[in-house]
Amino acid sequence: MKPFAYARPGDVVEAVRDVVAEPNAVFLAGGTNLVDHLRLGVARPDLVVDVRTLTSREVTGLPDGGLRLGAATTNSQVAADPRVRERYPVLAQALLAGATGQLRNMATTGGNPLQRTRCVYFSDVTTPCNKREPGSGCSAVGGYTRYHAVLGTPAALPDPHAPETCIATHPSDMAVALAALDAQVQVLGPDGERTIPFTELHRLPGDDPSRDTVLQHGELITAIDLPVLPAGTRSAYRKVRDRASYAFALVSVAAVVTPDGELRLALGGVAHKPWRATRAEEVLRGQQLTEDAVRAAITAELAAAQPQPGIDSGNGFKIPLVARTVLATVRGLLPEEQS
Amino acid sequence: MDAEITLRVDGEAHRLTVDTRTSLLDALRERLGNTSPKKGCDHGQCGACTVLLDGDRALTCLALAVAHDGAEITTADGLAPAGELHPVQQAFLDSDAFQCGYCTPGQVCSAVGVLEEFERGWPSHVTEDLTGRPEMSHDEVAERMSGNLCRCAAYVNITPAVQQAGGAR
Repeated sequence: MKPFAYARPGDVVEAVRDVVAEPNAVFLAGGTNLVDHLRLGVARPDLVVDVRTLTSREVTGLPDGGLRLGAATTNSQVAADPRVRERYPVLAQALLAGATGQLRNMATTGGNPLQRTRCVYFSDVTTPCNKREPGSGCSAVGGYTRYHAVLGTPAALPDPHAPETCIATHPSDMAVALAALDAQVQVLGPDGERTIPFTELHRLPGDDPSRDTVLQHGELITAIDLPVLPAGTRSAYRKVRDRASYAFALVSVAAVVTPDGELRLALGGVAHKPWRATRAEEVLRGQQLTEDAVRAAITAELAAAQPQPGIDSGNGFKIPLVARTVLATVRGLLPEEQS
Repeated sequence: MDAEITLRVDGEAHRLTVDTRTSLLDALRERLGNTSPKKGCDHGQCGACTVLLDGDRALTCLALAVAHDGAEITTADGLAPAGELHPVQQAFLDSDAFQCGYCTPGQVCSAVGVLEEFERGWPSHVTEDLTGRPEMSHDEVAERMSGNLCRCAAYVNITPAVQQAGGAR
């Protein structure tokens, strides 16, 4: 492992200042992803700034009835919080579907959405990867694509040598729920505080696959806010994976249904970012939320999907799997007479 | 780069100087000679290095020692301080819940954490009613122990052992 300096500043302002001052510095929270990357050589910082004990470890009520999750709250703590279980079951279920008890005790609210892709080529420093080594190419195209993207990609079989090519998926379950809930991200940076809608935190590869989010160097997540939901809102998270436990999603679905029949839908395991299904939501707007309507809406969402061929027979299976998983998830949330 | 830290391990305080790159697992095993937590994968995938870190089960291979200055750590060794077995350890013996034993200290620490999490009423992925109190069923225990791999596949006895230890409380 490359040597690095370690700092635990007195407060978050100092932590931001430390990272801004060193171009090759990173924040450390729970460490479940970063420490592994330090060991693999995927992350090679000169300075590690530990913020685990600097941000809030509390879940607090907001004046409007929402909840604020301090960045240092652990994934298990948030999943067990009675207010989250009662009011945001989609989030509790997403957290509990991710990782293991030990990892959830370490992983934090601020760190979870910032975990890196589990693309095997990203983790393997001997292979080209535009996300890890910008400009080196993409080894996933035409390779092992079972866990790779079908949405937000320019084409099936994009140019593996082009510097912008990346078909990796974002691995977080929590992030898919937060995208469906319209959570807000509280950020502290060198120029002060700002709020980012969760759906705008992550980005598509664009011309720089090395950047997962819109955060600038030195910007730190201090809390994530859950907006209040109308009374009677129902929500659920459903994850399809290769094992019954402790596996990343092949596809996952976070669905929120308000009492007046509005559906908010986000998909995991299908894109470079947690995928808010805005096209499906548009198709459904003003319509009665029936199974047929949802089927038509998800079909519209998936019209742009690009199955990736691969040495493992590719990931085209994800497209019908997403449609079925969305239907199964939403079916459980419909009022009795419609299901 | 070096840093000076204090770790309280199985009730005893240790002052030591570590390289900032040292994992908590390596600090315990190589520096303090506590070989109870095992190095299986060193990537957070197998659970063999599980200890109770400030009261909660955690993976020492994914923790930097320097980031846990002042931490209170209990290893499987520390669960039986005077040689008297912890109920979870006794249940593993009674149920024949291991074969080669390499994963066992991690399994035992994880199981102690699992029982504490039941005690707190924490739900799991297989809990039907998120607002209720989960039962210590086979499926609940198996799901909660999924972060501890056993290459001998002693799961068929590990799950009942954890249930037995929970019931014996």
